[in-house]
Amino acid sequence: MSVQTPTPTPTAVTVTPTGPGGTRPAAAVAVYVLLVVVSLLMLAPFALVVFGAFKTQGEFTSDPGGWLPDSFTNVHNFVVLFTEKGFGRYFLNSAIVSGVTVVTNVLFSAMAGYALAKVPFRGRSLVFGAVVLAMTIPYVAVFVPQFVIVVQLGLVDTLAGIVLPMLVMPIAVFIMRQFATSVPDELLEAARLDGASDVGVFVRVVLPLLGPAVATVAIFTFLNSWNYFLWPLVVAQSTDTYTLPVGLSVASAAANTTDYGVLLAGSVTILVPVLVLFLFLQRYFIQGIAATGLK
Amino acid sequence: MAPTTSSSTSSSASVPTAGPAPSTTRGPAPRRAGRGRRASLDVMGWGFVLPFVVVFVVFSVVPAAMALFLSLTDIGIRDLTSPFAVDVVGLGNYASILGSEDFQRAMLNTALFVVVGVPVTMGAGFVLALALDSGIRRMRSVFRAIVYVPVIANVVAAAVLWQYAFTQQGPVNGFLGALGVDGPNWLGRPGWAVVAVLLLTVWRNIGTCMVLFLAGLQSVPEEVHEAAALDGAGYWRRVTAMTVPLLRPTTLLVSVLMSVSFLNIFDEPYLVTNGGPLSATTSVAKWVYDQFGYGRIADSMAGSMVLLVVVLVVSTAQVRLLRSKH
Repeated sequence: MSVQTPTPTPTAVTVTPTGPGGTRPAAAVAVYVLLVVVSLLMLAPFALVVFGAFKTQGEFTSDPGGWLPDSFTNVHNFVVLFTEKGFGRYFLNSAIVSGVTVVTNVLFSAMAGYALAKVPFRGRSLVFGAVVLAMTIPYVAVFVPQFVIVVQLGLVDTLAGIVLPMLVMPIAVFIMRQFATSVPDELLEAARLDGASDVGVFVRVVLPLLGPAVATVAIFTFLNSWNYFLWPLVVAQSTDTYTLPVGLSVASAAANTTDYGVLLAGSVTILVPVLVLFLFLQRYFIQGIAATGLK
Repeated sequence: MAPTTSSSTSSSASVPTAGPAPSTTRGPAPRRAGRGRRASLDVMGWGFVLPFVVVFVVFSVVPAAMALFLSLTDIGIRDLTSPFAVDVVGLGNYASILGSEDFQRAMLNTALFVVVGVPVTMGAGFVLALALDSGIRRMRSVFRAIVYVPVIANVVAAAVLWQYAFTQQGPVNGFLGALGVDGPNWLGRPGWAVVAVLLLTVWRNIGTCMVLFLAGLQSVPEEVHEAAALDGAGYWRRVTAMTVPLLRPTTLLVSVLMSVSFLNIFDEPYLVTNGGPLSATTSVAKWVYDQFGYGRIADSMAGSMVLLVVVLVVSTAQVRLLRSKH
């Protein structure tokens, strides 16, 4: 951090339109050095995961402190992962859980977000308060009773039991509501005057206008359910219902230290879908954070 | 307690599609506001929020009420299938866990995570946001994306890496050795294990802080800076005298989010060190989970209620404190 040395701004108009920084070359160089160093620190763990996934078991014991694998074409760890460790099944389960929750969250949160933003019904502020409250309840305070409820419903060790509490997440409703407030009232009024029903207004006018919100909620929901760990760990009790994170943590707990290659291949398997998505849609990821944090 | 609605920060440049949304926003005013229109709005509104309300009631309200109730009973593992056939024992569970050494230890550990982790994460996020907002043009969105990537990384995958990378002969110490530093036995020593777990948590949270601070910085009007610069205020003078006070709402929001996040810390200590060595990384949430695993459901619920109260007190206190300063 010391690289960002104080930069007394020259007397007059070197101020840029983007912020309080000067444009002096020395300052710019310091900023770039800081950013490059931090970026390397941020990316080093990913590099280690990928490098490790291509190492043989022998490499882990013969050169435990080394970074690079001997060969990047050794896919043995991935073969073991999918043929012996059951990760094909876990991958499928994760995909099902994420797919279902993405669809239900988009639909239900768009409905709720629209009503909370645009329909002045009695009890609206109560429901909105519930959304905010639900986002602040510590998860450890409710997962045991949630588990009891799922037991009562006969859904322990089923994918349905995993999905149920995530069908519509408060954060999705919150994001959707923030976006829905910007839908112009005139459009809704015009559609009603044209004779559209309440559902018709929602489906034909509101949903199309919520495009960016749908993308944001879909991505956030996918991220949440794909990465979710504690709840599936509690509900899933057999390898038939493990999701990827649960499968990996169980494999990790059972492994001895020479299995790192397989475990890191498992890590790569979990990380890659999200990273690929992020590569193409990072604008929406960051929008989601800004929308939930700042409004 | 509603930190997310209390922020008075104006809409950020990075969310152009979402307009400012004060919670008082009215919907389309019922033009012919007869009694029938009013009632139909109620039916329609509740119809649209119904799926959320059902899930919220079944999986948040009922569980929270149950947790409170069960914390006052003698429920054990066998009663999980008949959770209401238990005896109410009052506050006894609270007395016993608050007096127990391992719960006190978990509270101290959690306090340490918060006191060290929150300022470090926020400070790093703030400096990075300043750097990205300092007028550099090239690669700006690339750097922003890179710092954000750990936020989306799966914690189990990251924890597996941490276990491997921080072994005594592992790549981290290999790297330190190349720099001439003799690396410690990270996961085998209580103090160093805390550092390793903290590093993972900080790594995963910096991006969130950076994005929020960046959005806050971009909502500060340019004229303010230009005027101050013309008056001869240097960069650091402008940062301390103007940026920091103007970012108060953002700072409040980020500190509440981060404090709550660090207070609830579970995944990292559970996965990397399983709370060890010698309980050095056992957080309150980890302790609650452990009691559940041992079948001590009543203690587990009492512990979770203590955590709930602490979370509410800390976030409310932060809102008060940061508001009262100006």
